[in-house]
Amino acid sequence: MPKHTFILNGKRVHVDCPDDVRVLWVLRDILSVHGPKYGCGLNVCKACTSHINGKAFKPCSVPISDIKTDDEITTIEGLADTVKGELHPMQEAWLEMDVAQCGYCQPGQIMAAVAKVKQAHAEGRKIGDKDFDEIRNICRCGTYHRIREAILAGAKKM
Amino acid sequence: MTVSVRPGHNAPTGSDDSAPGTSRRRFLGFLVAGPTLVAASQIAVETANPTPAAANVPTGPEPGDLYDLGQLQVLATKVTSNLITVEVHKDGTVSFAVPRAEVGQGITTTMAMLIADEMDIPIHRVHVTLSKARPEFQFNQLTGGSNSVRSLYAPVRHAAAIARKRLVDTAAARWRVDASTLTVKDGVIHASDGRSATYGSLTKAAAASRPLPMTADLKPTDHLRLVGKSHNRIDAHEIVTGRKKFAMDHDVRGALPTMVCRPPTIKGTVKRVRNRAAVLKMPGITDVVTISTGVAVRGRTFGQCIDAVRALKVTWADGPVGHASDADIIAELHKNELPLAVPDISPLAKTIDLAFTFCFASNSPLETGTAIADVRAKSAEVWACLKAPIVAQQAIADRVGMPLEAVTVHVVQGGGSFGRHLFHDTALEAAEISKKMRKPVKLMWHRTDDFRQGRVHPMATSRIRVTVQGDNVLTYEQRHTSVSTDFGHGFGDLVSSFAGTLPGFNFIGLAQTVFELSQNMPYEYGLTDQVLNEVDMDFVTGSMRNIYSPDVATARELMTDRLAREMGLDPYKFRRKFLKDDRGIAVLDRLAKAGDWGRKMPHGTAQGIALHAEYKGFCATLVELDCRPRTVKRKIEDAYTGPRVTKAITVVDVGLPINPRGLEAQMMGGMMDGIAVALTSSLHLRNGHFLEGSWDNYWYTRQWNVPPKLKVIVMPQTTNQPGGAGELGVASAKAAVACAYARATGRMPTKFPVNHDEPLGFDPLPTTPSVPQSPTNGLDKIY
Repeated sequence: MPKHTFILNGKRVHVDCPDDVRVLWVLRDILSVHGPKYGCGLNVCKACTSHINGKAFKPCSVPISDIKTDDEITTIEGLADTVKGELHPMQEAWLEMDVAQCGYCQPGQIMAAVAKVKQAHAEGRKIGDKDFDEIRNICRCGTYHRIREAILAGAKKM
Repeated sequence: MTVSVRPGHNAPTGSDDSAPGTSRRRFLGFLVAGPTLVAASQIAVETANPTPAAANVPTGPEPGDLYDLGQLQVLATKVTSNLITVEVHKDGTVSFAVPRAEVGQGITTTMAMLIADEMDIPIHRVHVTLSKARPEFQFNQLTGGSNSVRSLYAPVRHAAAIARKRLVDTAAARWRVDASTLTVKDGVIHASDGRSATYGSLTKAAAASRPLPMTADLKPTDHLRLVGKSHNRIDAHEIVTGRKKFAMDHDVRGALPTMVCRPPTIKGTVKRVRNRAAVLKMPGITDVVTISTGVAVRGRTFGQCIDAVRALKVTWADGPVGHASDADIIAELHKNELPLAVPDISPLAKTIDLAFTFCFASNSPLETGTAIADVRAKSAEVWACLKAPIVAQQAIADRVGMPLEAVTVHVVQGGGSFGRHLFHDTALEAAEISKKMRKPVKLMWHRTDDFRQGRVHPMATSRIRVTVQGDNVLTYEQRHTSVSTDFGHGFGDLVSSFAGTLPGFNFIGLAQTVFELSQNMPYEYGLTDQVLNEVDMDFVTGSMRNIYSPDVATARELMTDRLAREMGLDPYKFRRKFLKDDRGIAVLDRLAKAGDWGRKMPHGTAQGIALHAEYKGFCATLVELDCRPRTVKRKIEDAYTGPRVTKAITVVDVGLPINPRGLEAQMMGGMMDGIAVALTSSLHLRNGHFLEGSWDNYWYTRQWNVPPKLKVIVMPQTTNQPGGAGELGVASAKAAVACAYARATGRMPTKFPVNHDEPLGFDPLPTTPSVPQSPTNGLDKIY
């Protein structure tokens, strides 16, 4: 069986599995990293949003063979370790606004938010309504308003 | 050793619905030597007589005005409230296994607040877990009807107060001082001479060796530090760090990913699997078995299960719905509509008729159907999010052919519910698969199946006829005709068992009883008659968040706007004039002010206002809706945009708000649901199956539909009892959007969601294979 290796949350991992298994299942079913959630497997709901080399991607839609040896994948479990302090500012903002309801979509929402804010900052602008329209993550509990408030608050500290 | 405390019943001092006050209320409780003691019969006798509650209710034409569904549920749970126990541990923590499901509504946080407040301990030392299925709870382990806080508020506070008193008494005896001289702060008991002891250090001495009745006083509500003040969720840290565990995050030894290949028609069945041997040889696949709902595959990863499901060649038999489409169901509903029968009234009265259609909708939570099952030769163990776990336990025992006590059902945290988890479909399916495979399984539904084969909100029509004369509404009749709603056995049994105990109320069939007890009429509309008629067409239905009310209220509020026009009154002023209850008027007034009702709006945009009363609460919503072409047609890739709610405000009065921040969250969610079912969210039935198969087909509210301005206002306490909150926000939001749509476009919508008959905005996924393959181009779309 093909062997795959990459960096996951700062540590090198090795996996034996067929090339076409999507990264989401490698993370969840083989490596027992459960932060990224399944919500559709179609790159639609975005519940599995994680980072690859600092950018947001959807592990449900990437075969493991597309991941290169030096690629760094960060899931919600590893987000705090990318910054100083106990939590990432976006996680802090999430707590402050009491964003979550059931919590199922929230790892994906936070990972998407961090990437969107970085993208806006890299383009030299503040995050705004147009960016929110591009965040496709479903929150079936409907806590979108607090998600927006938290992103604005978190962005100020990033 | 721990001390367990169980409460008794309310001593008959003070009425439940009395105004806020400061008087102490003494009640009886028990210390128990172990957690499995049988309920005291005294409680059952007492609660079988509900007449004290009936003495204070106003007379009115609607059963929902007299009693509501929630009171029925509270009554049913009182019988076993003595099983509500809190335990004090040696480390100073207090634990409570709540017999309810947590699906995001925040019940664990509310329970922790109540216990911490009553016991004077820091909330982080209160550990609230979810109780496994315990049949002795009877009707007290059922989550639904926005009832958990209403039914647990008293017994949980009682248990906590008994524990506190016992600990204080224990310290007083040890120090030989009067208990009244002791104070408690942060879980530490202090004497005036400076001595102190922690709860943890006293729990062993405080434990009872045999059941011991004792009395205690509840804190007066104005001495509570947490109740009524906003508190963040107790599981928020776990959530934002990805550590909160849902069903599929639990590691059960040997439980491998499992999925089911499902039929192309609703409830179709397997005739023959044509390539089982070939699928068994696919990478990672360990088992393929035929089950009652399809063909189950088990493998190393869910991805490999998807491959196997797609590869299966199955010959299917059609389900009972056959090849019907939306139009067939609407025709059948029309055929079954009960006649409107205006009584003999003034010949000068004018009659107004309106008719509405409400489409199928999905309550699909983001976490699809999930369950872990490990069925062995003589025992079975299941993990799932279940709102009626006792019913699930019985159904699983029956399915696997074991006695009830051989089946353990663990209730795990759920990723949303919206009514879905009242049913144990997935848990039962997992148990059947595990038994057939003789292996532990981790079953997960595919998203596409969850939309197409999962429970749905039934399609319905609602016809209203009113008669008016001058400034009066003389009669109001509503005939709601719906595809049958399945309430599940847990809820069904509760209603059937207890409805007969309500004075003057005759059990009239399950759905009709639920309908009558949930529909009250907030307005003085004269002779009022709301009737439900159901048509059983064998769909897989369920009670989606707020059950009938979003549809019934939307029809009622559109008629209310029509009546306002008839009498030449502004919609707000008309409602204010016709509202029966001062609490409703206060909510409406606050809303009109906060929402700047009546401000001048540009052409093509409008405000809408609507009110709904249920669960002993009042909720009103004001929206501003933009229906101008440039907004409706704005382009977002693969998105349905449509009319945009630009501002939304909800004002809510739940009687006693325990956690305003949590309440705001529930209202916000209700608003997003209301916007969805008014404007964008429905299932299209075509040729025996639903077309929607992904979140980019089924348009639940997304960021681009969210009102840029949104506010929830929680009214200060108006009664001493918390009302229901989880579902309350949906109806007024949906109705307000509908009313705004009518005012903005000049056309009253009669079919919901308003976009249902527009050309489909997506290419439906095929029905065979039953699930789509995951994309492979994810790295093209990184940001």
